[in-house]
Amino acid sequence: MELNQLTIHELQEEIKNGSVTSTQITESVFARIDAVEERVHSYIRLMKEDAFAAAKKADEDIKKGYIKPLTGIPIALKDIVCTKGIPTTCGSHILHNFVPPYNATAVEKLRDAGAIFVGKANMDEFAMGSSTETSYFGPTRNPWDLERIPGGSSGGSATAVAADECIASIGSDTGGSIRQPAALCGIVGLKPTYGRVSRFGLIAFASSLDQIGPFTKDVEDCAIMMNVLAGYDPKESTSVQAEVPDYRQFVGRDIKGWKIGIPKEYFIEGIDAEVNAAVKKAIKVIEQSGGQCVDITLPHTQYCVAVYYIIAPAEASSNLARYDGVKYGFRAADVRELLDMYKESRRQGFGVEVKRRIMIGTYALSAGYYDAYYKKASQVRALIKKDFDEAFKVCDVILTPTTPTPAFKIGEKTDDPLQMYLSDVFTISTNLAGIPGISVPCGFSSSGLPIGVQFLASHFEEGKLIQIASTYEKNAKIEKRRPAL
Amino acid sequence: MDFETVIGLEVHAQMLTDTKIFCNCSTKFGGAPNSHTCPVCLGMPGVLPVLNKKVVEYAMKMALATNCEINTSCEFARKNYFYPDLPKGYQISQYAYPLAEHGHILLDTNGEQKKIGITRIHMEEDAGKLLHDEHNPVSYVDLNRTGVPLIEIVSEPDMRSPEEAADYLKRLHEILVYLEICDGNMEEGSFRCDANVSIRPKGQKEYGTRTELKNMNSFRNVQRALEYEIKRQQYLVENGGTVVQETRLWDDAGGVTNSMRSKEEAHDYRYFPDPDLVPILVDEAWVEKIRKDLPELPLAKRERFVKDYQIPAYDAGVLTADRALALYYEDVVTLCGKPKIAGNWLMGDVMRFLNEDKRSIRECPIKPESLADMIKLIEEGAISGKMAKEVVEDMYKTGKSPQEIIKEKGLVQITDEGELIKTITSIIEANQAQVVEYRGGKEKVFGFFVGQVMKATKGKANPQLVNELLKKMLAG
Repeated sequence: MELNQLTIHELQEEIKNGSVTSTQITESVFARIDAVEERVHSYIRLMKEDAFAAAKKADEDIKKGYIKPLTGIPIALKDIVCTKGIPTTCGSHILHNFVPPYNATAVEKLRDAGAIFVGKANMDEFAMGSSTETSYFGPTRNPWDLERIPGGSSGGSATAVAADECIASIGSDTGGSIRQPAALCGIVGLKPTYGRVSRFGLIAFASSLDQIGPFTKDVEDCAIMMNVLAGYDPKESTSVQAEVPDYRQFVGRDIKGWKIGIPKEYFIEGIDAEVNAAVKKAIKVIEQSGGQCVDITLPHTQYCVAVYYIIAPAEASSNLARYDGVKYGFRAADVRELLDMYKESRRQGFGVEVKRRIMIGTYALSAGYYDAYYKKASQVRALIKKDFDEAFKVCDVILTPTTPTPAFKIGEKTDDPLQMYLSDVFTISTNLAGIPGISVPCGFSSSGLPIGVQFLASHFEEGKLIQIASTYEKNAKIEKRRPAL
Repeated sequence: MDFETVIGLEVHAQMLTDTKIFCNCSTKFGGAPNSHTCPVCLGMPGVLPVLNKKVVEYAMKMALATNCEINTSCEFARKNYFYPDLPKGYQISQYAYPLAEHGHILLDTNGEQKKIGITRIHMEEDAGKLLHDEHNPVSYVDLNRTGVPLIEIVSEPDMRSPEEAADYLKRLHEILVYLEICDGNMEEGSFRCDANVSIRPKGQKEYGTRTELKNMNSFRNVQRALEYEIKRQQYLVENGGTVVQETRLWDDAGGVTNSMRSKEEAHDYRYFPDPDLVPILVDEAWVEKIRKDLPELPLAKRERFVKDYQIPAYDAGVLTADRALALYYEDVVTLCGKPKIAGNWLMGDVMRFLNEDKRSIRECPIKPESLADMIKLIEEGAISGKMAKEVVEDMYKTGKSPQEIIKEKGLVQITDEGELIKTITSIIEANQAQVVEYRGGKEKVFGFFVGQVMKATKGKANPQLVNELLKKMLAG
């Protein structure tokens, strides 16, 4: 095995016993990037020079025995998290030249933990999409089938891990943007509880739903990443001052006696037969692992997509108002007056999907429509959250498919926004309720496309997710495959 | 037709915190453009607001001072509109759930009290400002003011005349300054006012169509703008026209209001709760802590001065208009025990000096102890009132104590009876003709003798003693 194919914990062992250096790992990662990046397009920007400089510094630290949780490990960052002095585009023309004078808190934490930054990963423009096709910088391709989408919006972060162009990465999840691409690319992706990981420096799409989380090659790595990322941040008012456990201690713990909720609303017609079969098989594995499956109901599930597509665009319409051509980013040339400058900068600077959502959101907040849309959606959101509160009274964890189908073809849904939106039908509720969710590989379709199973837990119960996901990972014995690139 | 005027006011007051409402930037006025800014107040991508708790406490002070109910839970909302001085494309304000509601203040005109309702008080951030190049088609944006904390105080439509509106504003201004939560500087925009005004035939219950007036930067301008606008509305109605709901700008130079935008052109601000900020929960303990720290407010102080010091209501009004002045006055009274006389000296000579030099009482070179000592010296007869006029001026100029000045200038009053009798005797001898006139009933001549004595003693004679002795000796 090449170094770039290993996990964080495997590499840490090697680093600790002195058999590999960070520079060697970094070289291995960039060699892989040279070989496959042209076909996959995981990155908007590579940070090769910085990465090798950081690797050299890491090797000096390692020699001195100064080893932190991620020392020497190459990590990719979704281009939605601000990196000081390094362009941060959010996949958009309007920010194509924006260089933040600050780091996102998550970036600071990763850096302080010793991580080596490989580059800024591709994404749907402003995280609005489920396929990474709306990026101003061109689409990312699924390493398992280059004709197919990798999922989105954190597609680049997912493919960088799946194609071994980094060891782990971070993405952001507003309605499934970590879990859906993790499932479609055959890796592990976790969306933490709202308030668990700081949003400071995460370019906002929908502030009440956005959350940063890790993509990793296995569940143990996910725990390692969460140990670094989680925690209160005084720079964020919605950050929660809750104790952060050592997530690694949950890895491999058994789940004997746990009740696993199976919500009937998530096993519906229209779900792909192979996905259905793979997830049913996962349920069996969980039962064999000592979990007791119980039927539960989440009665407001049918409203999740509708509620999400009011609240998220409403918040986005306001969050994206700052991109006006006045202060930074793209400004249209040859405009005569202020209104022209606004209109042209935004017309030329934003892509179609972003404009669509700004329009929807602006409408939903307008005088005379606010009560019927935004207010009603907020009320239903509270009911959706209550569904989960009720469910977690009778079960420890909920199990569902992550996506209704495996990866679809590039271009297949770009003309049908509604179909595109429905690819997040199983992941959206999590964000609306603010609870954590994890997607873990649970098999392959007959055509060799990865399938994911999703576990959900109550607020701040990421430990439970790590526990059940790692147990499942161990007992399911899913065949280890690598994409044939 | 007889009309009644209905006025409601919206006041924006800048809170005197050191840092901005959602970041740690300085709130200092001035400074090089954009020097008091950071990624948060510049509205850069991915940054988040964190509330300055002091702003909430200052706003709570104002809420309590204006008898408002403080809501146990309130929230910030986004007011969305595009303008280059608004870097996020929205202003963080409060909308559906403000900090405080249902308050009032009392106006005291000619001994009659009138209650003016306060609809609500809410917190918000200020916007920046634009500078337009007069010679080139270029505008510059200065965001130093962006994120400076404001409270908006909205009144009920309870005022019935421009004078009443101006009075309300002055009282509000006074309270803010008393609480030391606002410097009240209208020129620098620390205290700004918009007015809603309408007219209706006397006796009619329904309100008329209102216009909103902006751009009035002094109490006088508020009153002038309202007076103009009322006349304009009356003229319209009396001539078969109708008042249109619109926003109008006061043109100070022209003395008129001009239409800025109509109701149809009004913005749809698309308010919604700001998801980046959590609701503010205010418990009883917090309210009580703030209440305990409230200073005595102007109205209460005024009433106490009248009652305890037995001074006229007018004097009490002048002496309490500024909290520092009131404190100074109280210090002087405590030291000399003469409230009425202390008030006269303070409102007369001392304030005249300060006004001439455009100084505040805080910058007064005369210490309260010195003024009190001077009053005591007059009472003891050590110096005359006339001498004191000279002494107080010297005290103001030099900052010296009255004792020092009297010593330096030799301003000691002659209270020695024997010495004065000698002087008077020689004056009577030298002016026999006037003595005859006086004794013949021409009492006016008495003043002549007083003048002569003062002249002879270079003004140092104790006037009371001179009066007594002259009367006795002229009587013969």
